[in-house]
Amino acid sequence: MRIGVVTFPGSLDDSSALRAIRIAGGTPVPLFHASDDLKEVEAVVLPGGFSYGDYLRCGAISRFAPIMSSIIIAAEHGFPVLGICNGFQILCESHLLPGALTRNQGLHFVCTDQALTVENNSTLWTAGYTKGQRLVIPIKNGEGSFQASAETLAELESEGRVVLRYADKNPNGSKNDIAGITNARGNVVGVMPHPEQAIESLTGPSEDGLTFFTSVLHSLVGR
Amino acid sequence: MATIIVEVMLKPEILDPQGQAVAAALPRLGFTFAKAVRQGKRFEIEVDGLPTQEQLADIERAAETLLSNPVIETYVVKVEA
Repeated sequence: MRIGVVTFPGSLDDSSALRAIRIAGGTPVPLFHASDDLKEVEAVVLPGGFSYGDYLRCGAISRFAPIMSSIIIAAEHGFPVLGICNGFQILCESHLLPGALTRNQGLHFVCTDQALTVENNSTLWTAGYTKGQRLVIPIKNGEGSFQASAETLAELESEGRVVLRYADKNPNGSKNDIAGITNARGNVVGVMPHPEQAIESLTGPSEDGLTFFTSVLHSLVGR
Repeated sequence: MATIIVEVMLKPEILDPQGQAVAAALPRLGFTFAKAVRQGKRFEIEVDGLPTQEQLADIERAAETLLSNPVIETYVVKVEA
């Protein structure tokens, strides 16, 4: 099962995401921002980092990369896409997900192991979790405050499209403690925490992140 | 030659921690006049001659798609000759 990870100029966690896919049992495929070739992958991860130095707005310039035009078209037809941190920001700028990520309340870059609650386990990326499951996954961002209009928030809540919520404390002022959301179809998911950094107990605070990657592999097998 | 100015501001309902930090720093320097501060961005785009209606329409589209994010920001376009 081939899963791609896009490297943009300034991506940081692309190699960690490739590694997570391998450990989950998939075949990791590096993809490059400047090509529109998805190399026959069956799902794609937009990794964390600071693509284009976060110039203008986080994700604003990456959205127009050639690879994104292919991903946007595919995503609209049900292709699984996971955006992590900067990847989530790119998905919002691409309008594949609603809302926007803005400067953290308190202005601090927050780097910590974060408690989370799984709110939606019906997406392609979270099907292996149980609803209400508590996770500990690292967050590391300066612009992770999820903001959206009151109407958009009401729509996300009523349709059950909040995927992850911050537990115990809200680290950045995100509306409704939102840490991750999905599109209506459940194939596009964006999360601020870094599941690819919580794969093995040796290098992460838990193995809680691995299920994102095993979930999509199982979803794809079942198709 | 003219300069097209695009000013981008966060919508009033979006939290602006940078503006708040500036507002908190001003009184520390003895400046006590500020009730609130909002921080924004300004783009200066140079063009040959006065911009045509067509170019201004293009600028509007660029402001809406790239220079600002309509989900959280508003923009204003001005021309300085």
